[in-house]
Amino acid sequence: MRFIFKTEYDQDVRLAKHGGHVFWYGLLGLFLVCAPWLLDEYWLAQLTFVLIYSVVGLGLMLLAGFTGLFSIGHAAFLGVGAYTEAVLAAQGWPFPLSLAMAAGLSAAVGAVVGLPALRVKGVYLGIATLAFGFIVEEGLARWESVTGGNAGKHVVPVKMFGWEASNESSFYAVCLVVTVLATLAVLNLLRSPTGRAFVAIRDSEISAQSMGIHLARYKTLSFMISAALAGMGGALYAHKLQFISPDQFNILQSIDLLLMVVIGGLGSIHGAFLGAIFLITMPQLISLGKDVLPAAIGQAPGLQGVVYGLVLIAFVMFEPMGLYGRWLKIRTWFQLFPFYRKGMFKRQKSFQKSDRLK
Amino acid sequence: MQELQVIFSGIAQGCIYGLIALGFVLIYKATETVSFAQGDLMMLGAFCGLGLVSWLGWPYWVGVPSALAAMAITGWMIERVAIRPILGQPAFSVVMLTFGIGYVARGLVTMLPNVGTETHAFPAPYKDTSFDLGGVVLGASQVVVVAATAVLCLLLYLVFSRSRVGIAMQAASQNQLAAYYMGIPVKRLNGLVWALAAAVATVAGLLLAPITFVHANMGFIGLKAFPAAVVGGFTSLPGAIVGGVIIGVVEALAGFYLPEGFKDVAAYIVVLIMLALKPNGLFGENLRKKV
Repeated sequence: MRFIFKTEYDQDVRLAKHGGHVFWYGLLGLFLVCAPWLLDEYWLAQLTFVLIYSVVGLGLMLLAGFTGLFSIGHAAFLGVGAYTEAVLAAQGWPFPLSLAMAAGLSAAVGAVVGLPALRVKGVYLGIATLAFGFIVEEGLARWESVTGGNAGKHVVPVKMFGWEASNESSFYAVCLVVTVLATLAVLNLLRSPTGRAFVAIRDSEISAQSMGIHLARYKTLSFMISAALAGMGGALYAHKLQFISPDQFNILQSIDLLLMVVIGGLGSIHGAFLGAIFLITMPQLISLGKDVLPAAIGQAPGLQGVVYGLVLIAFVMFEPMGLYGRWLKIRTWFQLFPFYRKGMFKRQKSFQKSDRLK
Repeated sequence: MQELQVIFSGIAQGCIYGLIALGFVLIYKATETVSFAQGDLMMLGAFCGLGLVSWLGWPYWVGVPSALAAMAITGWMIERVAIRPILGQPAFSVVMLTFGIGYVARGLVTMLPNVGTETHAFPAPYKDTSFDLGGVVLGASQVVVVAATAVLCLLLYLVFSRSRVGIAMQAASQNQLAAYYMGIPVKRLNGLVWALAAAVATVAGLLLAPITFVHANMGFIGLKAFPAAVVGGFTSLPGAIVGGVIIGVVEALAGFYLPEGFKDVAAYIVVLIMLALKPNGLFGENLRKKV
């Protein structure tokens, strides 16, 4: 068991709470930096996808997990970022600038979507974002002069100041830098007054408001930051796939993103990463399982949907804190051994709070 | 004349949206959760009817009620197995759960060998007949949709206003806790509401089947029923049908007058406008908590 004896105020806000954190995150960082030499091309590509989805997941986590606003159209922001990046990169903008533009444009769109969030909440907000997602997808498909329509659009490799990310490992490095910066930014945001305000809004809008938090401003801000991160993720996604078309940013993608944060664990930064790892490795596991299962089940086209659905149902029913919640339980079990009790993480049943009465 | 034709097909399509939206509203009113699986229940219902009528060769008028009953039991089981254990958790958990149910339903149907990936025509007895009303040709399948919707609405209205069970449902939907104190079996009612919602979805599926085809992805039409439910006000049963008809007509007119592409997003543009102007919808209750 570890007791953290606090002797100075800085310890409350420090990112690494104790030596264990420093050691393990250091090790993780070392692995990520050395990954191009350790992994072969295929696994490096998968790792790149994990990083890209993590950036998007961080954004959605900030919105859904920390501000309590659910977006069922987040793929739209991904799409806006991806197309902005594709167009600007084709015109020869250096990558940092075009990435900033992709994030900025997504944020602007996010602010527009955030507007209904000021009036409606809960289900209605979900439907507003859903509707918005459909409109953006259709817009991307119809605005052919810029987006190339349903035929799709090729994306040139990352270029900046005379350097070009021509192979897998150099693009991986770009993604790693962006992911680390985004993670640090979100972590810092969450320890700032703004982040605290987000969490307060999630826990109770009424009490947040009575503490002097401007709901409209912070909700819009949350939407903007979340959309900016999704836009950055989208930009990287475009470069990674080298080819984008509107149907990559449809409702199924949005649901996948939600699935990612819910399975990862709502309300934790780790959850975004664990969810991304889940989303990338799951198809691989399923295709491994295909060989083991009898052909009638293993080769059927709908298997992936069934597995995704069952995993999602199982997590919502039995592990609502997601993968990160499971890890917390395992860690606590080891820390408290042999004093772990079964009921320690038991959810409190609450009577339903009605959305209809404001 | 052509406009009339367009408007009528819009109304028929809108009735389908309305019927699916009716399922959302039933569930939302009773349990305060939104079921994203409603479209997939509709798809399951259509497949169920298809299986009984065309593959087992049951007569239409036996197969359809059997499909309704089978789907009602499915709905009840979904509530019992998946929804009830997480009663009292945040509404969003249930939304994710219904996403999961939708995934599983769609996946399972797709996995059926030789059936899941094909599109099937549904053999309804009235399929190829049509009426000619002074230049406006009405397909019988569209007329049946409108008529069946009207009958179903009347039935639901009678159930909710006259029968004991309906009044108990109303009470539970207004305040679960108070209804529970009054001795209303809220849990059992929730199961019943899910069964009812699944049956209504099946009706929608069976009505839609002769117009389009039956296939595993037909449930995505359910996503257009959300705008219908919102326009009608998420808590009003007649509102759902009216909202559905509005969405259907707007969509049909957008397809007729506006450039290509607007038809697909018309419903969503309408819902965004509605949310911005009148978030409670046309018939929604505007309740405020009094402090």
